[in-house]
Amino acid sequence: MINRKIAPEIKDAVDFDITLKPYEKFTLDNGIPVYVVKSDEQDTLQLELVFPGGSWYETENLVASASNFLMKNGSSKHSAREINESIDYFGAHLNRNCHHENATYTLHCLTKHFTEMLPVLQEVIMDPSFPEEELAIFRQNMKQRLAVNLQKCDFVANRHIDKYLFGEFHPYGRVSSMDAYDALQTDTLAAFYKQHYTYNNCKIFIAGHLPENLIALLNQYFGTTKWNGESTLIKPELSVAPAEEKKFRIFNDENGVQGAVRVARPFPNRYHPDFPKMLVLNTIFGGYFGSRLMSNIREEKGYTYGIYSQLYNFRQTSAINIQTEAGRDVCEATIEEIYKELRTLQNEIVPEDELHLVRNFMIGSILGDLDGAFQIIQRWKTLILNGVDENYFYNNIRTIKTISAEELQELAKEYFTPEDFYELVVI
Amino acid sequence: MIHYNKFTLSNGLRVIVHEDHTTPMAVVNVMYDVGARDEDPNKTGFAHLFEHLMFGGSVNIPEYDEPLQMAGGENNAYTTSDLTNYYIQLPAENIETAFWLESDRMLSLAFSEKSLDVQRKVVCEEFKEHYINKPYGDVWHKMRDLSYSVHPYKWMTIGKELSHIENARLEEVKDFFFRYYRPANAILVVGGHVTTAQVKLLAEKWFGDIPSGQRIQRNLPVEPPQAAAHKLEVKANVPLDALYKCYHMPGRTDKQYYTTDLISDILGGGASSRLNQVLVKEKKLFSNIECYHFGTLDAGLLTIEGKLVKGVKMKDAEKAIQEELDKVQQEVIPERELQKVKNRVESMLAFEDMGLLNRANNLAFYELIGDAELMNTEFSNYEAVTTADMHREAQLLFNEKNSNTIYYYAG
Repeated sequence: MINRKIAPEIKDAVDFDITLKPYEKFTLDNGIPVYVVKSDEQDTLQLELVFPGGSWYETENLVASASNFLMKNGSSKHSAREINESIDYFGAHLNRNCHHENATYTLHCLTKHFTEMLPVLQEVIMDPSFPEEELAIFRQNMKQRLAVNLQKCDFVANRHIDKYLFGEFHPYGRVSSMDAYDALQTDTLAAFYKQHYTYNNCKIFIAGHLPENLIALLNQYFGTTKWNGESTLIKPELSVAPAEEKKFRIFNDENGVQGAVRVARPFPNRYHPDFPKMLVLNTIFGGYFGSRLMSNIREEKGYTYGIYSQLYNFRQTSAINIQTEAGRDVCEATIEEIYKELRTLQNEIVPEDELHLVRNFMIGSILGDLDGAFQIIQRWKTLILNGVDENYFYNNIRTIKTISAEELQELAKEYFTPEDFYELVVI
Repeated sequence: MIHYNKFTLSNGLRVIVHEDHTTPMAVVNVMYDVGARDEDPNKTGFAHLFEHLMFGGSVNIPEYDEPLQMAGGENNAYTTSDLTNYYIQLPAENIETAFWLESDRMLSLAFSEKSLDVQRKVVCEEFKEHYINKPYGDVWHKMRDLSYSVHPYKWMTIGKELSHIENARLEEVKDFFFRYYRPANAILVVGGHVTTAQVKLLAEKWFGDIPSGQRIQRNLPVEPPQAAAHKLEVKANVPLDALYKCYHMPGRTDKQYYTTDLISDILGGGASSRLNQVLVKEKKLFSNIECYHFGTLDAGLLTIEGKLVKGVKMKDAEKAIQEELDKVQQEVIPERELQKVKNRVESMLAFEDMGLLNRANNLAFYELIGDAELMNTEFSNYEAVTTADMHREAQLLFNEKNSNTIYYYAG
């Protein structure tokens, strides 16, 4: 008979050697850097083009995201329908995303269809025509979507908390609006596109099962000309303007049965020495299922389906944001418990068992995240776009493995004072 | 081609091993053949509530999550109308921890009153978050009730009403456990950096002595063919009118399932699909429209749902959908368009198979519906579909009598 009360032996996290599989780097004839992680286990690939076309660079609200979205909706040669048809026919996906600093186009396809997808991708990236009609449809549909979202307490809360943290005119705190959609013009979008989606601002990240002649193919479609001309972008200096007031209560739906609770404070960006340490403290506090917040507020009190604390990964400056949807009548009690947990981390040292568990959990989680070429290129992309190298990654791992309970308490004393946090409930 | 080995323990537990030595990780997936369709109509939401209780400690291990996190692992679970699935991902070196945890909670739960008490509240908050406090959040409660007269798909996995969850008693929890959570009713899949020999040893060691239990023999009421169209009007505090249409479709193991799945892609799969192209882009009647189904094991619902552009009349929007449905019934779908949706499926299956967790999960699912090997032959079922099949199936599917419609008005 086995003794089921005794846990099997485990290998500890500190003993796991995590290595980030290196990428290969190529340069196209026109200078575009291409970062490659190969893996021949599956017949799929992912190609991402990254441009500095994020909202940071826009001078009118939503111009960056609208131009990013509409590039795919019509070129000088083909309609949106024809473009969609040629992507869908091969079972491929071409997704676009617009973030604060960067904007991206990501192709996923079966390797055997890659050569057929390249001309389509080239057309979308180099020859968008921004038809009036497509903008009109986009505007109308996005406004409708916004109207639905504005009824959701969590959506409204997310908009407000970012506004308090960064200011409504800063790209990190700016939000969409009906008026901003109405104000969009095709020529503004085309001009924004032309300035930001240029050969000299492009980076390519590619992973998966790749054709032998990959670089020749990429050169053929993206590497021979100085497409869209050389454009020198100067990143404007923008400063955050956090709100003076700290406590907010908003009634969005008088019949709401839950409230969206947000408790948040500014925090330095990823280049600050406290950042990797805070990743550990934040995990203990609210970053995983066994966290202090989850154990207390969900598993002990049953106030919510889930509660998490998040460390923003924004480039200029960051924030710690605790978020949950809680029963309407327990929102205030939830906030009290959040403060209680913050104070506990300031006043009491984290027990060695718990710290040990969190170290192991975090390392296991990184190990799991690095599984597969798509995940590895993602890691590299983040490092490269933030201007750091693998030492940054290894330094984070070292911090997870070695940070002491005393250091964590010091960190909590500095950053976990309840009075420093914004608090918001949206019902 | 997914490689695997399969064996059965003497207590009836089916075990599948999928070796993949390109990863340092391992996955342990336990699927139980029980879902919301097995519930008492007066005690709905139980299978899902039960899933929460599976994390409340087992007979020999007071805390489920802690030792797993200590071993560098992560886990989660989900419940559907048909099944309940639990999965763990952890460094392969620590795989025995997963066997220890999963086998102990298959042996017996701790059945703590406190855990039941808290999880009842947690699930009620989950219910509110997803189905009450969201615009249009109640539509699936109404649609299932409208579409099914006798089959248990009549209620949602989360439960018909909050009171069913609030009234759950510990006695019922125990009964449910010993009835369904038995080796004979479960499938264990282990994947990743492991060997079959190693898994055999571990499976015997940890699961071998758990009492077998009875394999569930279902006798669920079969939904009779619908004799007349069902319609329901709803007025709610939402900003836009919305239209929902559901048609009864074949279950997951029916040969016609694949044809129906491809029909849903023709209508709503991707930006170039018919409903998107015609109703959103050309006629501008909807701001978004989707066509999908849940792939349920018993006969399910093919759904078309869309939000109307402000100012568009409900009857005009419905008529335009009907025109598209008439087209697939009256005209044969062009070969190239059929090839497009087949390519879409091929690609989707390939991307799905990239993740170790997905592969383990899928192996368990296919074993549950008959044989893990179905995972390797799945695409050939799609490849075999002809335009004539599509034509015939569309005519059966989109028969007006087979329809259920909800007119959801902004009030």
